[in-house]
Amino acid sequence: MAAVQISLPLPVLPEGWAAEKDFKAVGQLTHATDRNIEPVGPHFLAHARRKRHKRTFSEDDRIQAQVNVKKVEDEDAGEISEPEDPLMLQRDAKDWKGQDHYAVLGLSKYRYRATEDQIKRAHRKKVLKHHPDKKAAAGSTEDDSFFKCIQKATEVLLDPVKRRQFDSVDEGADVEPPTKKETQKGNFYKLWGRVFESEGRFSKIQPVPKLGNDKSTKEEVEHFYNFWYNFDSWRTFEYQDEDVPDDNENRDQKRHVERKNQNARRKKKTEDTARLRRLVDDALALDERIKKFRQQEHAQKNKKRLEKEAETKRLAEEAARAREEEARLQAEKEAAERAEKAEGKKAKEAAKNAAKKNKRVVRGSVKEANYFHVGGDAPAAQIDSALNIVDLIITKIDNEELAALTAQLNGKKDAGVIKQIFASEVKKLVEAGKLKESEAKSLLA
Amino acid sequence: MSEEESPAQRVAIGISFGNSYSSIAHTSGEGKAEVIANEEGDRQIPSILSYVDGEEFQGTQAKAQLVRNSKNTVAYFRDFLGQDFKSIDPTPCHQSAHPIQHDSTVAFKIKDTAEGAENTVTVSEITTRHIRRLKNSASDFMGKTVNAAVITVPTNFSDAQKEALTKAAKDAGVEVLQFIHEPVAAVLAYDARAEAEVADKIVVVADLGGIRSDVAVIASRGGMYSILATAHDYDVGGTQLDQVLMDHFAKEFIKKHKSGGDPRENDRSLAKLKLESEAVKKALSLGSSANFSVESLSNGLDFTSTINRTRYELLASKIFAAFTRLALHAVEKAQLDPLDVSEIILAGGTAHTPRIASALQSAFPESTTVLAPSTSPTALNPSELAARGAAIQASLIQEFEAEDIDQSTHPMVTVTPHLAHAVGVLCISGDPASGVFRPLVEAETPVPVRRSAVIATPREGGDVLIKICEGVREIKVTKPAPKPKPAKDEDEDDEDDEDDSEEEEEEIREKAWRVENVLAEAALKGLKKGAKVEVQVNVAADLSVQCFVREVGGKGGVRGGWSAPKPVENGSI
Repeated sequence: MAAVQISLPLPVLPEGWAAEKDFKAVGQLTHATDRNIEPVGPHFLAHARRKRHKRTFSEDDRIQAQVNVKKVEDEDAGEISEPEDPLMLQRDAKDWKGQDHYAVLGLSKYRYRATEDQIKRAHRKKVLKHHPDKKAAAGSTEDDSFFKCIQKATEVLLDPVKRRQFDSVDEGADVEPPTKKETQKGNFYKLWGRVFESEGRFSKIQPVPKLGNDKSTKEEVEHFYNFWYNFDSWRTFEYQDEDVPDDNENRDQKRHVERKNQNARRKKKTEDTARLRRLVDDALALDERIKKFRQQEHAQKNKKRLEKEAETKRLAEEAARAREEEARLQAEKEAAERAEKAEGKKAKEAAKNAAKKNKRVVRGSVKEANYFHVGGDAPAAQIDSALNIVDLIITKIDNEELAALTAQLNGKKDAGVIKQIFASEVKKLVEAGKLKESEAKSLLA
Repeated sequence: MSEEESPAQRVAIGISFGNSYSSIAHTSGEGKAEVIANEEGDRQIPSILSYVDGEEFQGTQAKAQLVRNSKNTVAYFRDFLGQDFKSIDPTPCHQSAHPIQHDSTVAFKIKDTAEGAENTVTVSEITTRHIRRLKNSASDFMGKTVNAAVITVPTNFSDAQKEALTKAAKDAGVEVLQFIHEPVAAVLAYDARAEAEVADKIVVVADLGGIRSDVAVIASRGGMYSILATAHDYDVGGTQLDQVLMDHFAKEFIKKHKSGGDPRENDRSLAKLKLESEAVKKALSLGSSANFSVESLSNGLDFTSTINRTRYELLASKIFAAFTRLALHAVEKAQLDPLDVSEIILAGGTAHTPRIASALQSAFPESTTVLAPSTSPTALNPSELAARGAAIQASLIQEFEAEDIDQSTHPMVTVTPHLAHAVGVLCISGDPASGVFRPLVEAETPVPVRRSAVIATPREGGDVLIKICEGVREIKVTKPAPKPKPAKDEDEDDEDDEDDSEEEEEEIREKAWRVENVLAEAALKGLKKGAKVEVQVNVAADLSVQCFVREVGGKGGVRGGWSAPKPVENGSI
């Protein structure tokens, strides 16, 4: 940041002010507030850089300046650093088809990767160096053949169509596939990776999948080989065409050459496709990963089979266990049923006995009540009818009611009370429709 | 698409993703940010998606569908992203697809396929589709596939919302390099202009959007920004201004056509009214009057009307006042005075309205510059600020590894002590009571910091005292004096005179400095006549200070420093 300009004058030094080295510290800063700076903008980047690398302002300025300077130099050095082959300088421009355009411009390490901007800049640099006027000024002969080479190279490389044609047959960019022996030393991925990278430049589909390494997944490897077996290439061989005579006189000759060129192109294209196919075949045959995946698949299959067997065994065991369990339950059930039956018999007998006892009590109570006769001994007829009625009642009621009745009668001595109880019982029965009123009227009277 | 592009293959743009409008920007080769127009030629692309028979429309075309196809048109969905249904405000969506609850997020029920079946589409899916469209527009424009972006978000965007947006963007094939706050992006857009100078200033960014308004007070210190306070208002925005116009025109319509009925009671009429009102509002930002014309507004009746700007400003005066109050409230929240504010940046579509800018200008002192198209001819388009800032940031960081960006935006780096008081020197007199304090380093400046100043000396030269102090800014309120005050500068003198004559009744508010704490004293001896003194102050991250004083052009100088204050026991201040 620029220095602040303050136009007010500084105070004059008071008399008698003195300090060691003319400086004295008096106070300290007030505590600061912690806040978030917004991580935005060029100045923040500088701040982050300083803070992360623990640099001070001046250190950072120095280091950044150095970094920036280096960048500029690198860019400049890139394209002109290539030494020029003296043989190349002797070339004749007429033989432009045979020249390596990239080498002429000093771009042989970029080749098909060179950008248009790079080509333009390289061209300018070469022109500055090899311009015929400059050579004339330096006193040498007026030989401008290399300059023509440069112009031709630029013309080819800056025209996208012509550049593709040249790139198609640019041998300088080809990478020879490694031999079997070389790959066996364990650098398969490095050596073949380079080959595929250079072949990939002909693909109409970009980006081209990479060969990867031994950690690549099965999908990646499959995708890679599928891609290369379905390779869609833009490579053409027009560049190697024989020159078509352009005089109008011999039309037949012209057509003949054209046809020849067409055939040659087609043939070369077929050859190239076959070559690429062979190349991929070779790579596939040497690829360790394919074997590895096959082994893994086998292991997977075996594992499945073993799992299946274990499963059947387990199921059989389970079924046997289930059968045993069932038999055991059956036996238990039968035993329980037997015990229950015996119990039932006993209970029935007990109930019978109880009913008998109850009946006795009931009949006894009639006697207790003097056969419902009021005063003195009951006549025989009265006894008979009373007993009949009581028996009728007993036959009409079931065991529980009988027990209830017995409970009411138990211990009752008073004839009136007993008669009352019987009367109410009869009433209940009449109401329930089990007894006719006429049959027990003596009791109800 | 691979999950993370290596820096070399990155093509990054800036995206401003708003509730009402989105925009995309890139930086051209010369480092200038430019907003990209989409296929339809819009630089402000409505954040609206509409589906007709399975065909997707976005932007202006989708906005037109609000009239005919409102149920299958999704609008105003940005704020729903990453929120649960309970915490969203569905009001703005009243005239489009309604948000519904879906698991823990928000979704819309729309017919987005050709079969015409209703599908539930989550808001994050909608966002993905929207971002994909933005990305495609940008890719078409730039000729290469865009795969990374810096996206602007409001200052109160939660981590969950950011996460949801990152995911939605990733699904659309866009790697989010960084989220930056909308107001900061606006400041950056202004500071990145070639003619801009790096300075210490307090900036108020008023981001006035369609359905919400946000104000942030930002301390800009040597190009570094710290947000001091924010204020949000979800009730004032562009739609409120539309509403005013809608009400006005609806009343006019009823007055003219008794049989027409109230166009606000019919959904389709309401949509037409709203669209045209928005267009009228935009027209009124540029011209002094505008035409309102809708065919078949209600009951098949056409309606045409005219409104002038004065009428509109009268109708909407309450809302304009609300904007001003919001800005003043934010300044108050930052414990500052309007006098401290050196710039107000108006951002967002609503900021085009001239009245808002003039209202803010009159609410703040004259020393405050309001940067809006109507007040400053050099102002940038307020609608584009956020996207431009994002694009600039994208161009700055696109070469960095994702991890590097992460590291640099970590609180470890961003949380920094900010000076509580300004540090400066005393001029004219060494006595704190009578000397005049001039700040070198302003308050709220993040440390470490280095500042220098060139200071004049007494006319005859000789020995001078440099007294470094901490100063506190105070607001001095004076009743207008009967006679003009002793002026320091001729220019100021003129201004003062004008002030006095104009505002006879009003009191004058001024910034003044009070010396709080003397830090150090230094002496320079034997200065030449008319010499200047350079003072450099270097505050380290631990608040220890190095100070260097020398005569400009002279040799040697005085160097000294003092240590950091002792840490406070409980860590708070």
